[in-house]
Amino acid sequence: MNLTTLPILSLVTFLPLVGAMFIVFLPQDAVRNARYVALWTTLVTFVLSLFIWISFDKANPGFQFVEERSWLGPISYKVGVDGISMLFVILTTFLMPLCILASWEAVQKRVKEYMIAFLVLETLMVGVFVALDLVLFYLFFEAGLIPMFIIIGVWGGKRRIYASFKFFLYTLLGSVLMLLAMMSMWWFAGTTDIPQLMQAKFPADMQWWLWLAFFASFAVKMPMWPVHTWLPDAHVEAPTAGSVILAGILLKMGGYGFLRFSLPMFPLASAELAPLIFALSVVAIIYTSLVALAQEDMKKLIAYSSVAHMGYVTMGIFTFTHQGVDGAIFQMLSHGLVSAALFLCVGVIYDRMHTREIAAYGGLVDRMPIYAFCFMVFTMANVGLPGTSGFIGEFLTLLGAFKANTWLAFFATTGVILSAAYALWLYRRVIFGVLEKPSLKSILDMSPREIVVMAPLVILTIFFGFYPAPILDVTAQSVKKLVANYEAAIRTAEKERAAPFKIKISAAEGQKETK
Amino acid sequence: MIDLLSYPALPEIVLALGAIALLMFGAFQPDSEKTGAMTSWLAIGVIALAGIVMLLNPYVSGGLFDDAFVMDRFTRFMKLLVLIGSAGALVLSFQAFGEMQLMKFEYPVLVLLATVGMMMMISANDLIALYIGLELQSLALYVVAAFRRDSVRSSEAGLKYFVLGALSSGMLLYGASLVYGFAGSTSFPVIAGVVRDATNIGVIVGLVFIMVGLAFKVSAVPFHMWTPDVYEGAPTPVTAFFAAAPKVAAMALMVRTLAVAFPGIAPAWQQIVVFISIASMLIGSFAAIGQTNIKRLMAYSSIGHVGFALVGLAANNPEGAQGVLIYMAIYLVMTLGTFACILAMRRAEGPVEEIDELSGLAENNLGMAFAFGMLMFSLAGIPPLAGFWGKFYVIAAAIKADMITLAVITVLASVVAAFYYIRIVIVMFVKEPKEKFLQIDAKVGAVMFLATIFVVLFIVYPSPLVEAAAQAAKSLRL
Repeated sequence: MNLTTLPILSLVTFLPLVGAMFIVFLPQDAVRNARYVALWTTLVTFVLSLFIWISFDKANPGFQFVEERSWLGPISYKVGVDGISMLFVILTTFLMPLCILASWEAVQKRVKEYMIAFLVLETLMVGVFVALDLVLFYLFFEAGLIPMFIIIGVWGGKRRIYASFKFFLYTLLGSVLMLLAMMSMWWFAGTTDIPQLMQAKFPADMQWWLWLAFFASFAVKMPMWPVHTWLPDAHVEAPTAGSVILAGILLKMGGYGFLRFSLPMFPLASAELAPLIFALSVVAIIYTSLVALAQEDMKKLIAYSSVAHMGYVTMGIFTFTHQGVDGAIFQMLSHGLVSAALFLCVGVIYDRMHTREIAAYGGLVDRMPIYAFCFMVFTMANVGLPGTSGFIGEFLTLLGAFKANTWLAFFATTGVILSAAYALWLYRRVIFGVLEKPSLKSILDMSPREIVVMAPLVILTIFFGFYPAPILDVTAQSVKKLVANYEAAIRTAEKERAAPFKIKISAAEGQKETK
Repeated sequence: MIDLLSYPALPEIVLALGAIALLMFGAFQPDSEKTGAMTSWLAIGVIALAGIVMLLNPYVSGGLFDDAFVMDRFTRFMKLLVLIGSAGALVLSFQAFGEMQLMKFEYPVLVLLATVGMMMMISANDLIALYIGLELQSLALYVVAAFRRDSVRSSEAGLKYFVLGALSSGMLLYGASLVYGFAGSTSFPVIAGVVRDATNIGVIVGLVFIMVGLAFKVSAVPFHMWTPDVYEGAPTPVTAFFAAAPKVAAMALMVRTLAVAFPGIAPAWQQIVVFISIASMLIGSFAAIGQTNIKRLMAYSSIGHVGFALVGLAANNPEGAQGVLIYMAIYLVMTLGTFACILAMRRAEGPVEEIDELSGLAENNLGMAFAFGMLMFSLAGIPPLAGFWGKFYVIAAAIKADMITLAVITVLASVVAAFYYIRIVIVMFVKEPKEKFLQIDAKVGAVMFLATIFVVLFIVYPSPLVEAAAQAAKSLRL
């Protein structure tokens, strides 16, 4: 099999859709078959996506596995991955089989449709990370709303209607503004090709507006304080697998967007507006950590902790240092594993007790030792304990932040302490203490299926905590190029500012353009 | 044979002769449901024939009667839409009219006559031709709005439509006479040659009156008041017809009149178009939120969609015209599909129109719930469904024309509109199921199926429509 000619990215993207089509044609009562088709489709997709990792050229900072087909005038179907996006594709395909397995028994209502929704969602999520055309990216980015809306709305909890509306409208509102910015970029540069747009050199004042429009979309998706309020609601009401996807993948699209668009295309605006990002990140880290302390609902607590962790990501990205950006990517991937795992942990006991209230549990370690172990690993990773993947990301972003601004690093570090506070407190209240509630007396430990779901997450969390090189090696060259391009753009802008003669020229050019 | 086919007005002649022939056929047959159904099928055949002779025409452009009637790629595109809309509405009418005892031969004949009027509107390149087309269409529509004679609501709808429609026609005529008086001609190209700047206030006033009349026909705010009442009061197949083809024709008329006859004073009419566009989008989005009747909701939805389409016209560039064409094509299909779904909402006691009646449809009939849901997402403009592309192209045109404020309002209005569309999805997928609907009629189901397929799979191969619209827009020479 020659991997260079095989359209592997398209295969990975659209294979789940094929699986979904297959399930459509299954008879209505073939629930078991629907589950197996979904599981096998996601597994095969995962294995295929591993080929991307294996044959990925780490020394090449550019886009690889590029496929291009003309499609709609200037808009083409163009996909490809670089060191930044490739690992997100793997993360998506990796989490998907786990989601299917986690829903194996938890979902009994309309199983066929559930599996179809998840498979369609997988196609759309992978599409976001591989798209190399502006409009194509938007299509995938926005289309994911439909299946997620349905997943929350149909298989969600009691307040699912409210949560699904809020999720849908918040995200839509953010992304339509991005659409406008994309159109301006299209008319300015005459192309929607992302690699070409990275060279487009938008004028400084235009960058400002474009940056803000993209920010509106990514900040909601990320989510950043103060537009994060949809997330706790969506998480609480979504079914377990829905929460896993939300926390594991959908939140990463915001950070990925900053790296793919804001930084390389609008470097000047990014530099100018970085203080805004820093301020919002620090508020997110401290404020949402404090909010997490006050939660009664496990999922809500983890949701708020996600917002806090995403604060490190935005902070790291906008330090414009190699460490900061690397750390942000690592933090996103690690958070993708850890928060997904935490939601799965909540799902395990929710399936048994049908409540997410922290007060309803206590002393689980007596009855569920394996569960207590898994939960502990992920709690520690969430805190950022050295030896878990959570540490690497937080450490690197803080390193970058320290270079950029000492006070920033100071405030952000308090978040590490706060995260220890809420995470350990949650763990204590659920796992330790005396098992006195009669309803918990007969609770069973994790089933083999649940162990199969948890095991890879436990292993990877610890593995990447000790040996982050497989991830950092992949991202290194692309991040280096990103940071170098950013610095070059800033230097050129400064030179122009320094030379008054040149300003006249560029002002004259600007006038020409406005005419 | 070729000479005959190349005659520009041949499709209109086919339709007009067909309408007369069917009128004779109906009048001399026993007045029964069978006659009605047969006339409807024959009318669909006549429409198909008109479409075929139009497409077989070897020339792409031409004119008649001193270019009062023109044919180009633009007219071909829009006329094809109108024919699809009329035929689709006729296909949708069988089952509902059968149940209402309304399967009469007059309906298809009136639809054919309205279609002739619409085709005339699209080809009109002269104020008189414009008025003839508009009136032929309107008179037929007044009658079909009141087609259910024994229903008070239907009669009220027809009367309301007639009174307000007559008023708007009067205004349009007044405006046309002013323009004629000051410009010295009724022909669009001649007017364009004379009216080169906004110094002549008489022409401007005339233009404003013409636009009032046109805005009424496309049901743009502030001339939209008739729409919800007529949509709700008219029998549902008639509403489906109203929402589809006449909107397309009136929009085509508006584009041609403004772009071809008044390019010299574009800034003057652009202001008006921007205003009615924004007002329509906002009213269409906000007023629909409170509706409980699906037909009234669709009325406000259509007001909003006209607002979105007008964004392309406001941009006044080739991309904008292309956007309007794409928008109307997609809107037409979505509307027909949605009304097919509405027509499928019937129980043993008769058709139901409340949104709450859709409760839990996904449990009872997943196929219909999927179709309805996709159409709603598409109307809301969520990618990758077809409805997104309509919005995409008009907004892109507005951005190109540097109308950033208009573009921002457009997308914000579309978010508000998304709220009520997805509310219907929630009702169907999340709420507790109610009693099942009756079996869907095959013809209605076919329209629903085709529309859904179009909406969902448009993304796979969108370029034919987009390219055709680009070609059509070029023939306007913006």
